[in-house]
Amino acid sequence: MRLVLRGITKRFGSVVANDSISLTVEPGEIHCLLGENGAGKSTLMNVLYGLYKADEGEIELDGVVQHFTGPGDAMAAGIGMVHQHFMLIPVFTVAENVMLGNESTGFAGTLDLDASRTRVTEISDRFGFHVNPDALVEDLPVGVQQRVEIIKALSRDAELLVFDEPTAVLTPQETDELMDIMRQLKEAGKAIVFITHKLREVRAVADRITVVRLGKVVGEADPRSSNAELASMMVGRPVELTVHKDEPQLGADALVVKDLRVVDPAGHAQVDGLSFTIRAGEVLAVAGVQGNGQTELTEALLGLQDDVTGSIVLDGTELVGKSTRRILDSGVGFIPEDRQVDGLVPGFTIAENLMLNRSFKSPFVKNGGLRIGALREFAQQKLQEYDVRARDIDSLAANLSGGNQQKVVVARELSRDLRLLVAAQPTRGVDVGSIEFIHKQIVATRDSGIPVLVVSTELDEVVALADRIMVLYRGQVVGIVPADTPRETLGLMMTGERPKDLKDVAV
Amino acid sequence: MSDADKPQPDEKPVQPEPESGTDTVTEEAPQETTEDAAKDDSRSRSVLREIASGDALSGVLAVFLAVFVGSVMIAATDEGVRETLGYVTARPSDFFSAVWEAISGAYSAMFRGAIFNYNLTEPAQQWRPLTETLKFAGPLILGGLGVGIAFRAALFNIGGRGQMLIAGGAAGLVGSQVSLPAGIHLVVAILVGMAAGALWGGIAGLLKARTGAHEVIVTIMLNYVAFYLLFYALAEDFLFKTPASNNPKSLPMKETAILPKVLGDKFNLHLGFVLALIAVGVVWWLLSRSTLGYRIRAVGENPHAARASGINVGRTYTTVMLIAGSLLGLAGVNQVLGTVSSGVSLDLDASIGFDAITVALLGRSRPLGILAAGLLFGFLKAGGFTMQSSENISVDLVLVVQSLIVLFLAAPPLVRAIFRLPAQEAK
Repeated sequence: MRLVLRGITKRFGSVVANDSISLTVEPGEIHCLLGENGAGKSTLMNVLYGLYKADEGEIELDGVVQHFTGPGDAMAAGIGMVHQHFMLIPVFTVAENVMLGNESTGFAGTLDLDASRTRVTEISDRFGFHVNPDALVEDLPVGVQQRVEIIKALSRDAELLVFDEPTAVLTPQETDELMDIMRQLKEAGKAIVFITHKLREVRAVADRITVVRLGKVVGEADPRSSNAELASMMVGRPVELTVHKDEPQLGADALVVKDLRVVDPAGHAQVDGLSFTIRAGEVLAVAGVQGNGQTELTEALLGLQDDVTGSIVLDGTELVGKSTRRILDSGVGFIPEDRQVDGLVPGFTIAENLMLNRSFKSPFVKNGGLRIGALREFAQQKLQEYDVRARDIDSLAANLSGGNQQKVVVARELSRDLRLLVAAQPTRGVDVGSIEFIHKQIVATRDSGIPVLVVSTELDEVVALADRIMVLYRGQVVGIVPADTPRETLGLMMTGERPKDLKDVAV
Repeated sequence: MSDADKPQPDEKPVQPEPESGTDTVTEEAPQETTEDAAKDDSRSRSVLREIASGDALSGVLAVFLAVFVGSVMIAATDEGVRETLGYVTARPSDFFSAVWEAISGAYSAMFRGAIFNYNLTEPAQQWRPLTETLKFAGPLILGGLGVGIAFRAALFNIGGRGQMLIAGGAAGLVGSQVSLPAGIHLVVAILVGMAAGALWGGIAGLLKARTGAHEVIVTIMLNYVAFYLLFYALAEDFLFKTPASNNPKSLPMKETAILPKVLGDKFNLHLGFVLALIAVGVVWWLLSRSTLGYRIRAVGENPHAARASGINVGRTYTTVMLIAGSLLGLAGVNQVLGTVSSGVSLDLDASIGFDAITVALLGRSRPLGILAAGLLFGFLKAGGFTMQSSENISVDLVLVVQSLIVLFLAAPPLVRAIFRLPAQEAK
């Protein structure tokens, strides 16, 4: 099926999310939509899927102009969407999920589950998905759940498939498998739109690349272009993709974690016997697929988990059992993995957010009152120092872009006297320009002799920042390896396998 | 990753993506359910926030709409209007003048009852209605502050009634049973009342902080506990030493414990209104200039971030409910020692505990907004009685108008649609 988008414009109030975007996707083609977070890719796809109504422009499928009023219309017209967040019901089986919303019924409304089961098997066999129609979705690994989403779309005879940031939740191996699936679908004559901001993936599978920036198409790119070329198109200026850092100036052991165990309220050990050490002036990066204990590890360091055993010693002081406030006051800087949830108060101004973890004593507090003058002066200074793009310090955090929000968090944490920096997903959902800036700040922190723990699910980021890499799987350490460990080895370790010839570097 | 992948449209069409958390997928089932619960919780929180902190314009429009609907009801229930409706096609002018008379009669009666009575000649008598409005507004403002400050911590304090009853009972006990020198007696009675209210609010806050019990349920239940506790106390001689009577009512307050009249004996306006004004100032400072208020707002806007920043969320809940309870307690004290000093009775709260919720909503939980909303409700209360006596329009209509205000506040899209305002845009 041939898709033509012509001059699509979508506004939200005064914000133009899509500014007359035109795009053609041919059958048997993987068309990459490349752009930073906030460039308008998802908005465009939501217009295509009938979730938003375009203010201007038209959608044409095989030469026929479409007027979608909802996802139902789009599906009926042969558009399938694989969302980043799966639209599956965990307690249903694969077959039940696939028929959901499209139930074939028999006499008196009885469900014809067999038909759905056959359909799943048929599609699964055809593309080699290896999906059991009777498995419960909640028991399946993430990669397989994603295949269920694809089957769901294919079972409705989708000819155009949209993948919206599909690799965010996958391991490197699963990502490779997904790429293979996409190639197969392409061979079968499907048209594919692949939305991403990861350059490596684009270059691996794309036939054509359309780059979107600030709601506009900036042009087509050649799949053979280098990362740097693609990145500069995306950002609109030359970008440094590699982090320049000198050899670490290692000091004494600063953070010593022994036998750390974190149990969640349901009684599962999310972190199970972790031991590691970070020396002053060193970055230890934690690699692993999301949900393997990274969140619990960072929260345990900050005193945010309830059931923690083992010991966390920072510069000779035990942190386990201390309140978050005491831990913060003892010089731990924390960049939480989800700034919207744990990092910022969206309804507060930038200035107010900058004093969030210093609301008890000076410099912004005097006799129980706020020292608004001092706070404003500080905020003004940080706004410039950290290049936060906002109208002024009274802008609400909610109205900033992801990158600028993150800069506010980074500014707040790095402007205290630190003895440890814990940075979880420091650049998630952040534009390339801000990534560069934040990485530089993290390296500068390390160079000033502060131990740094970086947690990231992006292997690129781990490799770029780490002096040593610790790979986590199901709450346990698979290994602590040098920063120059090959990507394939790391990918394998992220699935819990430990290569035989692997040597740990000083734990 | 795509959370920020759209330029923050405030208008959110059916979007099949969960708002946040790319990480639920790989986690095990029990955790997912707790996360879902947290998500639900945050959703109801954000609805609450929208109602409690929208823009001032929609407040004004809601009042306007409610008054309009109220006018329609006045006209519809008026006898003259119904009579003329019978021959409206023959003589429409009769019908319209009847409508006009009914509505203008009602509102001018309200004006006479609540601001300035131009039918009288003596200036003191003419202005007396305004002081009545202020008298009624005092406890509404205090109560509104109590509910509003809890709103700012995202707590829904439905326990105004219980807090007022307990506080009124405690203050009444001191005021009617204890003998102390003038001056000291009043101060002690006020402080005891506020402390009792604070205790009653604090229980709800503490339970929320320690056990996660929902404050709505706890405060509602505490209303009953307070009511029956007071009922019991008023019947027991060892507490209130009431003369043999079937009425659960205490003796009148002693002279030394009564809030003095501020404009002389001709007017009923007493010190309670001045206390309310002081409370507005104190709460304003607390919320916008103090660190405690900063933490209250942080917890209300995003308890997760507050917790991750070292703020003790539970303690903040308890503290804010103590403050809320003491403010509502002061409203109860205002009734017992001021407006109705003839003795503690079970209806001492005069439904102010619930009206306070409306006042806080209309005032957008901002101290100055609450002041304005309290004055408006005081006006409606004072004017309602005159409207009933002189125009024979049921005072219940005032309640209808008050309820409609809340209804329109709770449905901002409805108000926007009626006035053809643009949908709320990304700021």
